Amino acid sequence: MTLGADFTGQKFKSVGTRPLRPDGVDKVTGRARYGADFNMPGQLVGRVLRSPHAHAKIKKIDTSRAEKLKGVKAVITAADLPDLTGGGDMFDILDNCMARKKAFYDGHAVAAVAAIDAPTAKKALKLIKVDYEVLPHVTDVDEAVKPGAPLLHKHMFTGGVEPKPKKPSNIANRCQYGHGDTEAGFKEADVIIERSYRTEQTHQGYIEPHACVASVSPDGTAEMWVCTQGHFVYRQQCAELLGIDVSKLRVTSSEIGGGFGGKTHIWAEPLALALSRKANRPVKLVMSREEVFRASGPTSATSVDVKLGAKKDGTITAAEATLRYSNGPYAGMWAELGAMTSFACYDLTNVKTVGYEVLVNRPKVAAYRAPSAPMAAFAIESAMDELAQQIGMDPVKFRIKNAAKEGTKSSYGPVYGPIGIGPTLEASLKHPHMKAKLGKNQGRGMACGFWFNFGGQTCTDLNIGVDGTVALAVGTVDVGGSRASLSLVCAEELGIPYEQVKAVVADTSTLGHNDMTDGSRGTFSSSMATIFAARNAIKVLRERAAQMWDISVDDVVWEDGQAKAKGQKHGNLAPLSLKEIAAAAPNTGGPIAGHSEIVADGAGVSFATHICDVEVDPETGATRVVRYTVVQDAGKAVHPSYVEGQYQGGAAQGIGWALNEEYIYGKDGRLQNPGFLDYRIPVCSDLPMIDTQILEIPNPKHPYGVRGVGETSIVPPLAAIANAVSNAVGVRMTHIPMSPPRILAALEKKKAH
Amino acid sequence: MGGIAVTTTINGDEVDFVCHAEETLLDVLRDRLGLTGAKEGCGTGDCGACSVIMDGRVVCSCLVLGAEAEGKKIGTVEGMASGDKLHPLQTKFLEHAALQCGVCTPGFLIAAKALLDRNPDPSEEEIRYGLAGNLCRCTGYDKIVRAVQDAAKVMKGA
Amino acid sequence: MQYARPSSIKEASGLLAKARGKAFVLAGGTDLLVRMKGDFVEPDLIVDIKAIKGLNEIKKTAKGFSIGAAVPCAAMGENKALKKAWPGVVEAANLIGSDQIQGRCTAAGNLCNASPAADSVPALVAAGAKVVIAGPKKKRTVAIEKIPAGPGKTTLAKGEIVEAIQLDKRPARSGDAYLRFIPRSEMDIAVVSAGVNLTLDGKGVVKAARVALGAVAPTVLLLPKAAKAIVGSKLDEEALEKLAAACSAACRPIDDKRGTVDFRIKVAGVLARRAAKIAYKRAGGK
Repeated sequence: MTLGADFTGQKFKSVGTRPLRPDGVDKVTGRARYGADFNMPGQLVGRVLRSPHAHAKIKKIDTSRAEKLKGVKAVITAADLPDLTGGGDMFDILDNCMARKKAFYDGHAVAAVAAIDAPTAKKALKLIKVDYEVLPHVTDVDEAVKPGAPLLHKHMFTGGVEPKPKKPSNIANRCQYGHGDTEAGFKEADVIIERSYRTEQTHQGYIEPHACVASVSPDGTAEMWVCTQGHFVYRQQCAELLGIDVSKLRVTSSEIGGGFGGKTHIWAEPLALALSRKANRPVKLVMSREEVFRASGPTSATSVDVKLGAKKDGTITAAEATLRYSNGPYAGMWAELGAMTSFACYDLTNVKTVGYEVLVNRPKVAAYRAPSAPMAAFAIESAMDELAQQIGMDPVKFRIKNAAKEGTKSSYGPVYGPIGIGPTLEASLKHPHMKAKLGKNQGRGMACGFWFNFGGQTCTDLNIGVDGTVALAVGTVDVGGSRASLSLVCAEELGIPYEQVKAVVADTSTLGHNDMTDGSRGTFSSSMATIFAARNAIKVLRERAAQMWDISVDDVVWEDGQAKAKGQKHGNLAPLSLKEIAAAAPNTGGPIAGHSEIVADGAGVSFATHICDVEVDPETGATRVVRYTVVQDAGKAVHPSYVEGQYQGGAAQGIGWALNEEYIYGKDGRLQNPGFLDYRIPVCSDLPMIDTQILEIPNPKHPYGVRGVGETSIVPPLAAIANAVSNAVGVRMTHIPMSPPRILAALEKKKAH
Repeated sequence: MGGIAVTTTINGDEVDFVCHAEETLLDVLRDRLGLTGAKEGCGTGDCGACSVIMDGRVVCSCLVLGAEAEGKKIGTVEGMASGDKLHPLQTKFLEHAALQCGVCTPGFLIAAKALLDRNPDPSEEEIRYGLAGNLCRCTGYDKIVRAVQDAAKVMKGA
Repeated sequence: MQYARPSSIKEASGLLAKARGKAFVLAGGTDLLVRMKGDFVEPDLIVDIKAIKGLNEIKKTAKGFSIGAAVPCAAMGENKALKKAWPGVVEAANLIGSDQIQGRCTAAGNLCNASPAADSVPALVAAGAKVVIAGPKKKRTVAIEKIPAGPGKTTLAKGEIVEAIQLDKRPARSGDAYLRFIPRSEMDIAVVSAGVNLTLDGKGVVKAARVALGAVAPTVLLLPKAAKAIVGSKLDEEALEKLAAACSAACRPIDDKRGTVDFRIKVAGVLARRAAKIAYKRAGGK
C-alpha cells in the first residue's frame, strides 16, 4: 500500500520484489559459517574467569598454579592489558572487558586462560586464586538513588546538574528535553493523569553466543574472525586496547546469529587477542549462554513517572516524564535516549522530560533495538490510554488528534519532515483487526512507537566482471537479509536482473570504514552508498560505450541496463548491454568499478502503530496474545518480505518483554536466571501469526524514499499489551513484565476493593 | 584420559571417531567431524539449535553423549538435501523468507522434518507446539510456520 | 569420567554399588547432562542403562502396565493402550519439555532427578503407581511417593536402580488428569501442578480419589484430605471449593524465580479443581 504522492516519479523494476536472498542456500544447508564455526590450525581454547560477587575489591589475583598446569599456554589479567585509569571512553570499555580494581557485577571478567582443550581450560580457571573484599551492592534502579545506597564510584558526581553536587552518588547524569511551560499547561487541563511505571531488565536474546577466533603474530599483525554487527568498530577498539596499529588488525565478520545491538560492543574479543599474543597461538573464545546473560550487555531497567494533562476535547495541554534508567557500572546515554523518545509521537505545546542515568551492580548495558524507547513508550502510551479513557475518547482518535506531523517541533528538538505517525494511526482505524470480535476474557489494546534511525559512515565497492556479473562489496554487516535488498537496489540502478548481482560483506582490509549495523541503518545507508556506487559505475560504463562507438560521452545515456546513443546522428547504433561493455573492458581501459564513501544522512524517523488482542485467564493471570497487527512506515520497502520480517521480529521481542522476560537478581546480587529456561523468550506456540501493513511515506533524504525499519517495531508492544490486558480484565499493569503472578496479584487487589 | 571409540552412521555414511566420555554429540559433530550445521545456542536443551535426528527421533545433540551415538543412525542438516536438490522444507524456508540471521534455521529444519515425517498434515497449532523446542529471536515464527505449512503441502504431493 | 553401557541390570547395579567416586545413571540424559553443563555435578562414572534388555519396553499384562526405566516419554504417548487407560499419567509425561526432550527423557529419570516440580510425578502418585527397584539386595517394589526424599534426593540406596514403573489394572469408571501452570505455553518448568485420579460408582458419584500436588513443597504432596473432600460427591461446586481449599492449605511453597508463595497457593487450588473436572469427565461422569 502506498500513501503519499509519486515521489521519485519512478516505477521500480527490482526494488519492491521478493527474490530469494543470495546467502540463503548456505544458511539452509548448514554451510554458512557463524562465529563459532571457524577454526585455525593450532588454536587454543580460551575461557574467562568471572566474579561471583556483585561488588568487590580485587585485592590480589594469583595465577601461578594455573600457569603451571600442563596444557595451559597463557593466563591474563588486567595487568596484561593497558592501564587506562587516566580516564576517557576507552577506560570503561576496557574495564568492562576485564576488571582492574573492582568487580562491579556478578559475571565481571577478572582473568582468562588459553589452553590446549576445554577440560584443561576449565581446570585452569579453578586454579586461579582471586582475593576479593566483598562490598555492599545495589542492583535496583530505585534503591540505587536512595541516600545511603552503596556507591559504585566514590568520585561520581551527577553530570548535567548546576551547581555540581557536593556528594557523590550513583546518578551519573541528568538531562532534560522539551519546550513550553508545563506548569501553565497543567493549569489549563480538565483531566490530569499521574502514574509511575517500572520495567525490568531484558536481554537481546540472540541465539548465537559471542564467539571469535583471534591470532596475533609476533610481528604485530593480527587477524580475528568474529560475529559482530560492526567489524570496523571492533577492529578500531581492539587495536587501541592492545596497542596494535589499526591497519595491522584484519577483522572478518562471520555470519551473525542475531545481534539487535548487543554485538555492537566488544566483550571478550580483546581478551582473545591478548591471550593469543601471549601464547603466540590462535585462540578461540566462545561465550557460554550463561556468560552471555551474565556478562554481555542487557538493557536498562527503568522507573518512570508520567504526568499528562488534557482538555475535555482531547487536546493535550501538558506532558511530563521523569525517567530513571539503570546502566551497569559505567555512565552511558540510555536515560537520555529515553528522555528524547518519550513524547516524540506527539505535537505538544508544553512538554518536559528529565532523564537520570543510574549506575547499579549489573552488567554494562548495551543497545537493544531502539534502545531506551520501549520503556519510555510503555509508560507514556499506558498513561495516554488511561487519559483517553477518562476523557471518554477512542484511544486511536485521541492520538490522531495529538499526533505529530510535518512541521511539528518534536519534543526532543528537531522539526519533522513528512512522517508516518498520522498515517499509521489512520490505517489502524480502518484495519480489519479493529472490527474483529472479541471472546470471553479477551481485550484489545493499541499503542504507538517511534525511532530516530541513523545514517553513518558507509563504503561500498561495485566491481563489474568481464562476464557482466556485478560483485557488490558492502561493509555493513548483514543481520537480516540486507544483501538481498542491496542486490535489488544495485540491479535497479544498473537496470539488470537481480541474479546478475552478488553481494558480499567485505572484511576490514578491503574496504574503508563502515559504522556498525545499528540504528536501523543497514539497508538505508548501504542502499544509499550502493546507489551512488552504481551511478559512479554508470558514468564509467557510458564513457566506455562512448569509446567503443567513438562518439562524445554526452551523447550516451544509460537506460534499462544498456548504453544508448541519443540523437538522430547516432540513430543506427544498436544499444550496448552491460555484458557487452564489460566483455570489451580489457580493451577500453581495464576493469569497470564504482565506489562510494559517504556519511549517509537523513535516515528518516519511523513511526508505528500496533494493535493487539489478548486473552487473560482471570483465575491464574496467564495471558496469551491471540491477534497482533503491526502498521509501520517504511518509506520504501526494498524487499517487502524482509521488511515484514523486521516488523514481526521486533513485535515478538516486545511481546516477550511485555509478558515474561526479566533479569531476576537475588538478595546476594547474583543473577538467578542466566539461561533460556528461566529467561523466557517467546516460543513458537506462544504467538499467533503477526499481521503487517507496510506504509510507504517516502523519506525525501533517500533516492528511493527508504527509511530505516528494523527498530521501531519493538517500541509499541509493551503498552499495546498492557492496554489490551486492561481492556480484558480491567486492571492497569504498571510493572513490566506482566507475568502471571503480577497480573493475578493485580486482579486480587482489585477484587479486594 | 582414554578415549571411547565409536562407530555410527551420519547422513547415511559410516563414521568412526574417538571422543572423551564427557563430550556431547554436539561437540563431536562440530569439533571432530566438521559438521557445524548444528549450533550451540545454550548447551542445555532449551533452544533446539543443536537438533539432529537420532534413530528417527529429533533430539538435542547437546544432551546426548558422543558415546551414545554407537550404532545409531544420525541425521543432520547437512544431509537434508539430496545431492543438489534441496529438501522441500529448505526450499520453502527460502521462499517464505523464514530466516533472517539463519542461526536457528538448521535446528528448525531438522525439527520440522521430524514433525512432518511423523505427522504429514499438521494443523497450525500442531506445528507451533511441535516446534516449541526451537527458539527464534529474529522472525517471530510467522514465516517459519507458513514455510512448514507450504512444505507439508508439497510433500503430500498436493 | 568413565562411561559404561552394561547389558544387564545386575551388571549396572554392580557398577553403581562398587563405584568409588560419584556415579550416575544415564537414561535420557535430559537432566544429567544439563547438571553437568552447569557444573552442578562432576560424575566420575556414568552408567547408561539403555542397552539393558527389557528396560526399553512398555508391557501390558493382566495386572496392569509396566513401563521400563529406559522408555522415552514420547513412547508412552505413542502407546495407545497406556494412553487410553491412564490419560493423566501420559499427558503429564508428555508435558516434559519439547519434542526434542520427549524423544529422550524418561518417567523414571524424571522421578529420580527428584525435582519438586517434576511433571510426571504428581500424576503417577495420584495413579497409585509403584516402582520396581533392582539392586545389590533383593528386588523390591515400593509406592512411588516413597522415592523422592527432597530436592535432588531419593530414598534409593547406593547401587539401587529403578527398573520399571508399574500401574495397576484400572477399575471401570476411572479417569485421571494432570494440569500444570507455566507462564509460557511450553518449555517451562511447572510453577505449580496437580494430578487427580478418580473412580466413580454406577451413579457417577466419586467413590475413590487420589490428589497430588507438585512444585509446592520439597517433594510431591499426596493429599488424602483433599481427596476426601470430593469422595461421595458428583463434583458439585461445594465439593470443588473444599478440594481447592484443602489443596491451598496443604501447600508449603517458596518464592523463587518461577513464582511466588501467594501465586502457588492460589493456583494450586485452581488447578486441582480443573484437573478433577477433567478426570471426572474421563471417568464417564457428566
